[in-house]
Amino acid sequence: MAKADYEIPGLSQYVPVPKLEPGKMEHSSPFIAKPEHNADLGFPGELVDDWHDKAIDKMGDLLKKYRSLQVFMDICVKCGACTDKCHYMLGTADPKNMPVARQDLMRSVYRRYFTWPGKHFPKLVGARDLTRDVLDEWYSYYHQCSECRRCSVYCPYGIDTAEITMAGREILAHVGMGQKYSNEIIGKVYKIGNNLGLPGPALENTLEGLAEDIEDETGIAVAMPMDKVGSEVLLITPSADFFAEPHVDGLMGYAKVFHEAGIDWTVSSYASEAANFGLFIGNYDNMEKIAKRIRKASIDLKVRRIVHGECGHAWRVAYSFWNTLAGPFDYLDSNYPVPQHICELTYDLLQAGKIKLDPSQNDDKVLTFHDSCNVARGSRMGDKPGGQFDIPRALIKAACNNYVDMARDTINEHTFCCGGGGGLLTDDLMELRVKGAMPRMQALNEVVESDKVTHVAAICAICKTQFAKTLPYYNMGMDMIISVHHLVGDALIMSDVPEDKEEEDEDEARAQD
Amino acid sequence: MFITGIFAVGFYIATIILIVGVAMKVMRYARTPSPLVIPTTPAPTTRGGVVLRMAREVFVFESLFKGNIWTWVLGILFHYGMLIALLRHLRYFTDPVWGWVSLMQWMGIYAGFAMLAGLAGLFIRRVFVDRIRYISSPSDYLILALLFFIAFSGMMMKYVSHTDIIAVKEFIRGVMTFHWSPMPTDIPVLIHFTLVITLMIIFPISKMIHAPGMFFSPTRNMVDNPREKRHVVRWVEERSQSPDQ
Repeated sequence: MAKADYEIPGLSQYVPVPKLEPGKMEHSSPFIAKPEHNADLGFPGELVDDWHDKAIDKMGDLLKKYRSLQVFMDICVKCGACTDKCHYMLGTADPKNMPVARQDLMRSVYRRYFTWPGKHFPKLVGARDLTRDVLDEWYSYYHQCSECRRCSVYCPYGIDTAEITMAGREILAHVGMGQKYSNEIIGKVYKIGNNLGLPGPALENTLEGLAEDIEDETGIAVAMPMDKVGSEVLLITPSADFFAEPHVDGLMGYAKVFHEAGIDWTVSSYASEAANFGLFIGNYDNMEKIAKRIRKASIDLKVRRIVHGECGHAWRVAYSFWNTLAGPFDYLDSNYPVPQHICELTYDLLQAGKIKLDPSQNDDKVLTFHDSCNVARGSRMGDKPGGQFDIPRALIKAACNNYVDMARDTINEHTFCCGGGGGLLTDDLMELRVKGAMPRMQALNEVVESDKVTHVAAICAICKTQFAKTLPYYNMGMDMIISVHHLVGDALIMSDVPEDKEEEDEDEARAQD
Repeated sequence: MFITGIFAVGFYIATIILIVGVAMKVMRYARTPSPLVIPTTPAPTTRGGVVLRMAREVFVFESLFKGNIWTWVLGILFHYGMLIALLRHLRYFTDPVWGWVSLMQWMGIYAGFAMLAGLAGLFIRRVFVDRIRYISSPSDYLILALLFFIAFSGMMMKYVSHTDIIAVKEFIRGVMTFHWSPMPTDIPVLIHFTLVITLMIIFPISKMIHAPGMFFSPTRNMVDNPREKRHVVRWVEERSQSPDQ
């Protein structure tokens, strides 16, 4: 079991609602961005002298631009339905991690400066001045929300704490308190093209290496092209897919599917990143700038379709926001949705009989599926609401004979965040990540014990990294987490396997007998 | 006549504040754009589906039902109790009384008790559940108390000290037609009217604005069709046309 100098929550039969422990996580704060990282994004380098007025001005500006913020600030009735729904609240017991309490950090300031009762009777309505302490409190607790939207499912008015967290981070960034992890990464996208800072030539090398791996395994030369002008499909995928484990096996799975279906595809070195951390920091300009890189790449490479790899928040941005941010995409093939998720593509091919899967290839595994929050509650796949739940499960079931779901109140729209989403997947927030993973780990552990589940599949780069990191803290193996397209790739029946390779495999099989 | 004058003027002022205040809030919500498509999914893919989703939220509190069954039960008791009680009060405003209003009069007492039970339950929950106590401001308790005592004083008039409701009706009709008629001055009436005037005044500036406000909640009222239909609001359009972009 992994070691930590804080208390790791225990797992039990169900997730108990903890007794509140005020101040339990007030020490948790991510590193502040360096001046150059803020400047790259158009923010002041460090805390400005007139931060108070600037912050209030920015709040006023956002209240005029975002109906969500304006309405959500006013209409909460403090019914408490959300108070036991946040995984960070359940994992840390800190009352400020209750969604409504997190909103109130800002609502109290909103009331003081923007409402009549708050201006005249602050104590009565819980209004307070914006002080330096309040600003620091915002920085801490608006970085203890993964913007997963679980609270918004249960709110009678649909109040989405993610919208308030984003506004909070946006205001903080505008007074010079940007977050290092997210802002540094966005800077890398602008300078190099992806979150990891992987330059074009290195990417090309990596892809060649992966193609060789596939050939070694299957005997088939599967193309993994970069910047190939005139391809049918531009694949936009999280850069973690290029070399992180277990992501990379998913990428090889996409390549096999494209190959088997005869789809000519490419990645772009200019837009080699699906992730859009502009969402996390709540900044429209940066989110748009990142999205427009993908539009530019699709035009430059003269592709006809854009297909999106396994990434949660990025799929929300792509599915829900790309058309607004970087559309219209009328220059692409209108026979396919823009963008199309790799799961939709594979599912359609499977339905049409253009590819075939042999689920017995994964007979050594018992699978469950983790619904990633942004896919589950911020997007869709296919034509029908809920396709984002059914399509990945259909793929897993087609690729594996053994499948069980986790508890009903922890899947689909009720899914628990992995604990690392929303720009929190950084080592300086490790305690928060481990504690916030508890509700998901609890549900997973339950099916491990009851149904001997060996693997949990996911379609999100952040989830995959977070699981690999936190599983050991809960006495489960880090290699339990697997890409959906890893399963698909392993089960895929490749029609052009050369004969000598088949014989070779048979020999191996005989040798093992 | 002095007291009648005070309450008549009080009702005029309260009505103006209620109508103008709610109208101003609603206009602000309506004018503030929602730049991105953010329904909480799975969400309806058509306008008609959204109307149904909103109707389920308004009439059966669908999300709250998923969230917390006790709050849902108490909330339903309170809101439907209040709705029936309010509709029953139409008999004080209409002459002759509308047929269906006469027919539903018998429901009034049950509604009154449902409302009191719901509000008492919500108050107890607010005091005794540590998570809800933590998020409560004085105003949260006071609004519950205000509603409770409106219902309580109303019930007092029926069960404890009978009020001359003919005179009440004449007073209300008088206020409506600007031909004032003296109002009864027993204590429950004075309390009832004072609290109702207070409620009307604070409605637009308190959390009670959730009633009209929830219809503007983007996570519930947006259609899930972003790939099919491009969604662009004015500030985004104006911004992308400016040369520095």
